[in-house]
Amino acid sequence: MNSYFIKRFAAMIITLWLIITATFFLMHSVPGSPFNEERTTNEAVQKNLEAYYHLDQPLIVQYGNYLAALVKLDLGPSIKKSSQSVNDMLGRGFPVSFELGFYTLLVAILSGILLGVLAALRHNGILDYVAMSIAVIGISIPNFVMATFLIEELAVRFPIFPVATWSSPKHMVLPILALATGPMAIIARLTRTSMLEVLTQDYIKTAKAKGLSPVKIVFKHALRNALLPVVTVLGSLAASILTGTFVIEKIFAIPGMGKYFVDSINTRDYPVIMGTTVFYSAILILMLLIVDLAYGVLDPRIKLHKKEAK
Amino acid sequence: MELRKHENRNISPDVPDAWFVPKARNQTDAEAVIRPSLSYWKDSWLRLLKNKLAMAGLVFLALLTLLAIFGPMISPHSVEKQTLTLQNLPPSSKYWFGTDDLGRDVFTRTCYGARISLFVGLMAALIDFIVGVVYGGFSGYKGGRTDNLMMRFVEILYGLPYLLVVILVMVVIGPGLTTIILALSITGWVGMARIVRGQVLQIKNYEFVLASKTFGTNTARIIRKNLLPNTMGPIIVQMTLTIPSAIFAEAFLSFIGLGIQAPHASWGVMANDGLSTILSGYWWRLFFPTLFISLTMFAFNVLGDGLQDALDPKLRR
Repeated sequence: MNSYFIKRFAAMIITLWLIITATFFLMHSVPGSPFNEERTTNEAVQKNLEAYYHLDQPLIVQYGNYLAALVKLDLGPSIKKSSQSVNDMLGRGFPVSFELGFYTLLVAILSGILLGVLAALRHNGILDYVAMSIAVIGISIPNFVMATFLIEELAVRFPIFPVATWSSPKHMVLPILALATGPMAIIARLTRTSMLEVLTQDYIKTAKAKGLSPVKIVFKHALRNALLPVVTVLGSLAASILTGTFVIEKIFAIPGMGKYFVDSINTRDYPVIMGTTVFYSAILILMLLIVDLAYGVLDPRIKLHKKEAK
Repeated sequence: MELRKHENRNISPDVPDAWFVPKARNQTDAEAVIRPSLSYWKDSWLRLLKNKLAMAGLVFLALLTLLAIFGPMISPHSVEKQTLTLQNLPPSSKYWFGTDDLGRDVFTRTCYGARISLFVGLMAALIDFIVGVVYGGFSGYKGGRTDNLMMRFVEILYGLPYLLVVILVMVVIGPGLTTIILALSITGWVGMARIVRGQVLQIKNYEFVLASKTFGTNTARIIRKNLLPNTMGPIIVQMTLTIPSAIFAEAFLSFIGLGIQAPHASWGVMANDGLSTILSGYWWRLFFPTLFISLTMFAFNVLGDGLQDALDPKLRR
């Protein structure tokens, strides 16, 4: 387990380094300097600005500096919003985005599993069809469409929830709903399929023959095994929730990280684009690692296999 | 069975021996095939036909394609011409889906958006198909160290957040239709490559491949004639699922302002424009593009599900 962890960790660092390198050179291959658009700057001023942001140095030196700063977790200053650093922006935006993402994932997992289990237990019954219809619709409606629909119905036509911003639990309902529908649908479908498969296994028959209560059979014996495929997709689901936050934060005017990211794209604020990309990628890769490790913990067969391989 | 009946004969005296008459062996029928011989594709097609939801999806997509091709032609209104006297008209017999804030016909623009969405989806799926099949097929067929190395690379790409990469590429190259397709293809083929590789790894060990090899068939022909046709099922399913995710990505990018640029119409652009006027009550400007996005995604998803069931040889009855 230990050497496996080290190997995975090394792979993670390499992936992250590749992302950083690719982003860095992509960003710097864009023609023109970030300062010379629209307003005409004095040449001396521009030189000074470039010197201040070290843009006058050779590319490879800039790359070295960036990596050196990054090791100290310093993502550099913003070019368009002077006096703010990328770290400040992330420090302010991340807690909000994290809250949104975390609750969304929680809602999606809980409701998805519930729907999936109900559908599997009532296979080909009305409940099954209802649950799977919800799931197919959930997959088909993009999150930004869902968000606009929710605003129109539950905030404008029937003003039950506030339209935007992020201050009280009531404000969180619509964004979380909009963001959670897609992942919930995917989890529900996966849970249903693997639950149906597990329920036909011999050990479930044994459990039934032993006279265990249905609740115990479902939750202790069936669900635990049925959830393994669900765990494997959690990483990519987290990724889709993460990118979903950009657009949801924009629609609901939530002051999260996604807002800085989208703003920085529109203003071509390269250090901020780079910083947020690196940060997002790091979180995602970390999530994938956690999912992998969790998988090993949940499924004892995988651990055994690894030991045998050694 | 027959033997046991003879043994048990004496156990129940109520049953006279005369009841047991051996059935005459019908020589002609014994070898007959009851089921009509169907090829894999024909069988799958028949099974797909029975799936009502998948067929509804297929019909909708066919209609949408017709609308995308002929809609802008038959519509009397122009996609880009602005008529400022006709701002924000509600749907009527003249403007079926109403008009937008620049007096452009929403129906014509929706048809035009269908063109862009379908084009992006099909192109992304096609590129994924070509790159994924070549890469995955080669990797799986070669096996060993080559496979290991090629799959390491795929794993790294797989770990990258898909939309983040797309956004980065859009920022660097600049928004536009070609860039969207290019950006989607950079990481999109990875899933296809993994599926093809897995299938090829499995199939290449089967006897009929060995037989081909014994006859001296060259590698390219084995991949083309033996391996690919047998991996086609999962490939087609993967393609039908790639298309809606590409359509979603285009709408998403256009929605955050990185996709199709004005004055071109795309569903994402129209939805974004419509959202800003939602409080003014111009519901049709948001409703129609979002309806079309959702219906198209729905159609592709149910069609993909149906194909998955239809193409699975295990479900063949």
